[in-house]
Amino acid sequence: MHELSIAMSIVEIATDHALKDGAEIVTEIEIEVGDLSGVETEALDFAMEAAIKDTICRHAKWNIVHIGAKAFCPEKKKEYDVSDLYSSCPFCGEYGHELKQGKEMRVKSLIVE
Amino acid sequence: MCDTCGCGHDEVIIRKAGDEGHVHHHHSHEHKHSHNDAHSHSHANDGRELIVEEDILQKNNLLAERNRGYFEARNIIAINLVSSPGSGKTSLLERTIKDMKDKNNFYVIEGDQQTMNDANRISKTGVQAVQINTGQGCHLDSSMIRKSLDQIEIKQEGGFLMIENVGNLVCPALFDLGESKRVVIMSVTEGEDKPVKYPEMFSTADLCLINKTDLLPYLDYDLPLSLKYARQVNPDLEFIELSVRSGENMDKWYSWLEKLKPQT
Repeated sequence: MHELSIAMSIVEIATDHALKDGAEIVTEIEIEVGDLSGVETEALDFAMEAAIKDTICRHAKWNIVHIGAKAFCPEKKKEYDVSDLYSSCPFCGEYGHELKQGKEMRVKSLIVE
Repeated sequence: MCDTCGCGHDEVIIRKAGDEGHVHHHHSHEHKHSHNDAHSHSHANDGRELIVEEDILQKNNLLAERNRGYFEARNIIAINLVSSPGSGKTSLLERTIKDMKDKNNFYVIEGDQQTMNDANRISKTGVQAVQINTGQGCHLDSSMIRKSLDQIEIKQEGGFLMIENVGNLVCPALFDLGESKRVVIMSVTEGEDKPVKYPEMFSTADLCLINKTDLLPYLDYDLPLSLKYARQVNPDLEFIELSVRSGENMDKWYSWLEKLKPQT
């Protein structure tokens, strides 16, 4: 369950930014997670509950924003939606096209007090 | 539970082979113990937004780059070996070291949740081996590798650092350790569809070793199908089919490693 490491990094990033800004408490954390980032939302929710304990994020609500995965077909010069890493391109039938989005794991913003 | 900060991560223990009693504590993430006293209450405005836009794995990735620089400066080729448990990673390492150590320096970092077994096995080949016990953790990260390097004495430039990750095809995929190459091992006693079941791992690997080929006559394993699945996930993936037990095609693996050395 690598989501625990991910959750602890989220709390660490949020704490660093909040303290740098002179805040005392984090009330909201907005997180962006790509659909092919390898992070399970349910596992991340579970891990976040543990990770925020005894930190300045302990009363924070978190919001996970999903980012759909898209790849780019170099032949047709078109983007297309991707739901997994093993399907072929709908335009040219090739595998392994570069993902343009869907791998994100980012702390987007915070609300602090 | 961590005594220092009360975090939920079980402690990570890093020890040299044979060093059963001596424990170095390490947390798999860097803690910033915060101090709230720098700002007075009057400075705080209620509910203000901070734009962060920070990659969650950024710290791991930065430290991985530092490890990579450390290896490059010493001409060390670091290999991250990943697979499910039981694919034969440790046996592969033992045989590789025995067959190649006369002409090459080897250093080994072993990752397991518990026990010193693998580092002790490896140290019998005569090379330095450090064991990382991740406790409840399911993968190695770049800071664990950084700390393990403190316990490895690099006497001369050049050689291979073999990092045996925790047996797990999911979590280790996301964590760059600073390796030169990532090698995924699949054995023919597993299902052919491992690459599409665990695509992240296969999509990030440079080489796929297919082990235990001496057992193929006794199994229904469809080797071409497993190659097809793996190529769907990663068209650039290289393959070597070998048997650590019989020695078949081990020479191909050795020449793959030799080719990674800087050309002089």
